[in-house]
Amino acid sequence: MLYQREVLDTPEWWQSLDQFIARQKAEHPQSVQTALIPVLHYVQDRFGYIPEKAINHVAQSLGVPTSYVCGVASFYSYFSLEPRGAYTVSVCLGTACFVRGAQAVLDEICRQLNVRPGETTEDGIFTVSDSARCLGACGQAPVMMVDEDVHARVRPQDVADILAEYTAKARAEMAEARATAEA
Amino acid sequence: MDAIQTVRATDRLAEIREQASPHVSLQPDRTQLLIGIATCANAAKARETLSAVQQALQTQGLADDVDLIQVGCVGRCSLEPLLEVRAPGEAPRMYINVTAERASQIVAQDVGGGKPITDWLIDEGKRPEGELEPDTAEAGAINHFIRDWQHVNFFARQLRIALRNVGRIDPEHIDDYIALGGYEALARVLDEMSPEDVIEIVSDSKLRGRGGAGFPTGLKWKFTREADGDPKYVICNADEGDPGAFMDRSALEGDPHSVLEAMAIAGFAIGAQQGYVYVRAEYPLAIKRLEKAIEQARELGILGQNVLGTDFSFDIDLRLGAGAFVCGEETALIASIEGKRGMPRPRPPYPSESGLWGKPTCINNVETLANIPPIILNGAEWYAGIGTEGSKGTKVFALAGNVENTGLIEVPMGITLREIIFEIGGGVPDGLEFKAAQTGGPSGGCLSAKYLDTPIDYDSLREAGAIMGSGGLIVMDSNSCMVDIARFFLTFTQDESCGRCTPCREGTKRMLEILERITQGKGEERDFERLQRLCDVASRSSLCGLGQTAANPVLSTMRHFEDEYRAHIEEHRCPAHLCRALLHYQIDPERCVGCGLCKRVCPVHCIVGDPREPHVITEEVCTACGACFDACKFDAVLRT
Ligand SMILES: Cc1cc2nc3c(=O)[nH]c(=O)nc-3n(C[C@H](O)[C@H](O)[C@H](O)COP(=O)(O)O)c2cc1C
Ligand code: FES
Repeated sequence: MLYQREVLDTPEWWQSLDQFIARQKAEHPQSVQTALIPVLHYVQDRFGYIPEKAINHVAQSLGVPTSYVCGVASFYSYFSLEPRGAYTVSVCLGTACFVRGAQAVLDEICRQLNVRPGETTEDGIFTVSDSARCLGACGQAPVMMVDEDVHARVRPQDVADILAEYTAKARAEMAEARATAEA
Repeated sequence: MDAIQTVRATDRLAEIREQASPHVSLQPDRTQLLIGIATCANAAKARETLSAVQQALQTQGLADDVDLIQVGCVGRCSLEPLLEVRAPGEAPRMYINVTAERASQIVAQDVGGGKPITDWLIDEGKRPEGELEPDTAEAGAINHFIRDWQHVNFFARQLRIALRNVGRIDPEHIDDYIALGGYEALARVLDEMSPEDVIEIVSDSKLRGRGGAGFPTGLKWKFTREADGDPKYVICNADEGDPGAFMDRSALEGDPHSVLEAMAIAGFAIGAQQGYVYVRAEYPLAIKRLEKAIEQARELGILGQNVLGTDFSFDIDLRLGAGAFVCGEETALIASIEGKRGMPRPRPPYPSESGLWGKPTCINNVETLANIPPIILNGAEWYAGIGTEGSKGTKVFALAGNVENTGLIEVPMGITLREIIFEIGGGVPDGLEFKAAQTGGPSGGCLSAKYLDTPIDYDSLREAGAIMGSGGLIVMDSNSCMVDIARFFLTFTQDESCGRCTPCREGTKRMLEILERITQGKGEERDFERLQRLCDVASRSSLCGLGQTAANPVLSTMRHFEDEYRAHIEEHRCPAHLCRALLHYQIDPERCVGCGLCKRVCPVHCIVGDPREPHVITEEVCTACGACFDACKFDAVLRT
């Protein structure tokens, strides 16, 4: 998912957003506000987060104050107002995973990456999610996810190997992207 | 229903059924392979198994003779991936832990060669066939699945009504649902009943809401029907916020149509033409299957204008949540659909009077709705005959934590915790002792072993200091610290409190601070009193259910596990050896042989020592993670 943000920030993308907003508005002409959350989902799905530009744009298109859009976007933990790292690491802190020792796994990840939950590493490779609750794999608890990959029955001592795998992948991807950009 | 109907819905449905091409399991003349594809299965890499089976069928030249059907999760999550083999004239076989490699062998030897690989079949607690308990026989009469698997302990005590089709049908194939009697209840309602008749059946069934509060569903429908206002709306609450529970997700992933059908029935009963399913964004597979189901139902004229050719119109759209637990609360959910911050408002007025866009709105939970079609088809009396005096029917539980057989179960109300945990669940693993069961998630409570024989119903659970909740059931063994569990739930509620009312916003925060102090060994005697007071205020004066129930995990652990609180406060000791601030690790130089294993597993590299010499833990660096303690083969790491 690396560099998707830059790739997406094109006039065509903004046009598609406008079309989506228009469709949503048409569905609920009596209360345009209703479109807001679907629109924010649309932005985040494609951008990975909700940039300031998009907030202003959405506010204008829906005719609501920017502060209102910010208020809603920041209320819901699913929406991120900051860019995320290349990989999002989440440790399930649902009850089943918790009683099987998930907190120790999360602590270990944060220690190794030197971040707190919710933060992104300096090199931009990992964002450690701060709100993963039950990923639906309670039978394999404790569970951690790196983007879509589920790692089951993780112990603190497994963390280093798992992270190393993705660090290597991210480095390779970055190098490739840089090479393409230069070419 | 004053208008004259053009077509009978039942006839239209019969036409649809004739043209359908279901590949439902249970077709006795075909060899069928059923593979569970759901979130839990995918975590166990079931998709790789699926491709392996497909490929093996191709190579064996069996692709035309054998149906491969992707079904929802049958509930036995920790044995995933599961592959069920059904061949004409043979007893069905369920293979467990089917890796891609195993899959090819199963296809070659069993499906192709007729030689089952018995070592890989489910065999836990297998009892001799023919030796069935009476309620199992009753369950079997209602549900084919239970009939087939009654000899396996995990399934034997179950009774599947809400989950009747889950794991039996391809959820992405409407024909499968229709072949098993789907949409028949809706057709019958449209042809033969008035809205009042429907409400009467639902009321007489004594079905109570499964979303947590247990409000009588029939009454809710009646209020919404009688309320002034037009249009009216039906909302299905699929926000499933309890962390550690996945009943609704499994139902939606495995059988989305039964919820859609029930919503249409509700729409007819209350006089609505539009429904919304509010589903968590964290459930991508459920969302995808719901979208597909809605589309297929529209194509066949089962949703949209003139449902099944009648003059009743009803359509359904999806709305995605965005990661706020409080949005499961009905008024917050409505605010969220309206594009606002998901904050609850005081009730009354209840949504049945003033809900979505100020219009009368009926909100029901996924599981509540999934019960509706069978109630219509089998009658109120049948449903009211199952369960206990005050709690009728069945309840779905997500059984997880320190229990052997984790997974999803549906059991008749009135079953005891002991039956669930020890018979269905197979007890606590690793030879440890049962300590507590937690029901109701962050709004619920922890029950000690004393309550194992309490029947599970709304009232008994409440009396014991827990609640039925939406169906999370977490088992804890002697390694769980109950103070820490209370702290865990408070972290959750404090984080999810929307901040609108003070008792909840501040109360949860103060409670959490006290609990954190206690788990760090800095608790004081007066903390009991402080907690009690905070619990009391938050329960009585919070605006919505979140704050009103936030104290339950604290109250129930203080009530049933007071000695653990005392050990933390008075002796600075965590009896379960879990609270890290109270733990100290040392290496016994007498026992240490200097093998270096602890040094290798230590994530913070705080263990020093030369090979074959006693090692030493540097306490200042040690995070008390316990990895060395678990690793040492000579019991040389001491924990105090
Ligand atoms: C904080 C909070 C969270 C809730 N979360 C859910 C939920 O995730 N799913 C649900 O069906 N009901 C939830 N409820 C209950 C709903 O407010 C409502 O009672 C329910 O959807 C009604 O449906 P029922 O009568 O079919 O149970 C929650 C309530 C509160 C106070
Ligand atoms: S609690 Fe972690 S997957 Fe369910």
